Amino acid sequence: MTVAPENYVALSAVLFFIGVVGVIARRNPLIMLMSIELLFNAANLALVTYARAWANNAGHIFAFLVITVAAAEAAIGLAIVAVTFRRSPHVDVDEVAALKG
Amino acid sequence: MIAFWILALLMIASAVFTVTAQKPVYSVVGLLANFLTLAATYLMLQAEFLAVIQIVVYSGAILILFVFVIALLSSGVRPFDVGPDKARMVLVPAIVLALLALLGIALTTIRSAVAVRPESALGGVTGESGSFGSVASFGAALFTTNLLPFEITAFILMVAVIGVVLIAGDEGPAGLPRRKKRRAIEREPIVKPPVTLSTSKGAQ
Repeated sequence: MTVAPENYVALSAVLFFIGVVGVIARRNPLIMLMSIELLFNAANLALVTYARAWANNAGHIFAFLVITVAAAEAAIGLAIVAVTFRRSPHVDVDEVAALKG
Repeated sequence: MIAFWILALLMIASAVFTVTAQKPVYSVVGLLANFLTLAATYLMLQAEFLAVIQIVVYSGAILILFVFVIALLSSGVRPFDVGPDKARMVLVPAIVLALLALLGIALTTIRSAVAVRPESALGGVTGESGSFGSVASFGAALFTTNLLPFEITAFILMVAVIGVVLIAGDEGPAGLPRRKKRRAIEREPIVKPPVTLSTSKGAQ
């Protein structure tokens, strides 16, 4: 009844690249942000898996920090999307060039 | 074992649904399913605190933030215009690229994970191993060995809050005055003294 860590790592890789496809292929900035959340979660799954495999708490701490940074990233990203939408109704990321320095 | 495969299937299906959904609200629902199954997977990996944090922070805070922004953007003032759907043009090369990268990553990491595993490692990932993963040991590790990263995390959150307020806080749409001026303009007729009363008093 044991599951080898390799299965969890493979699941994490699959999730990560589903998220990568989402970031590359979608043009809706909200769905792109959600795909980035998928990437964070895939990385967290790998961290927790390795923490369990080595019986070491450091992976949990790292995943906790990643979750915190993901929260900050989501807040800032959604604020940028909201401001961009207020300036013009086009939220297609290919059309938005106003963020260039 | 069976639980792992069921969870893995659910997780992959919900992730695919999140990425391929037409409307962002559907993506939020898929993402919620993904987070819940991931929390269950954390429980299988004996990361109890992280499972709770996953539900509370991700499903409770971040997804609600997404829902709020979607409701704000599609509130009927203007249609939520994403432009033409260019996904299909990019989808095939993206999937091919992703599968190639997935193959490479899987071959390298999984092999190294098997090879480098030390003597103290556990054979399988389920089962008991003392106090590993309990909230007490997690908190002890977080507040003793990793105190500085924890405090830096608090700083990052504060910077994010200040940044969000600066970005989205006090600026109206382009061409309109800032919100303080608008509020002053709206308040002006209320502050102005009633003219008719004074004229009627003067008439008496």
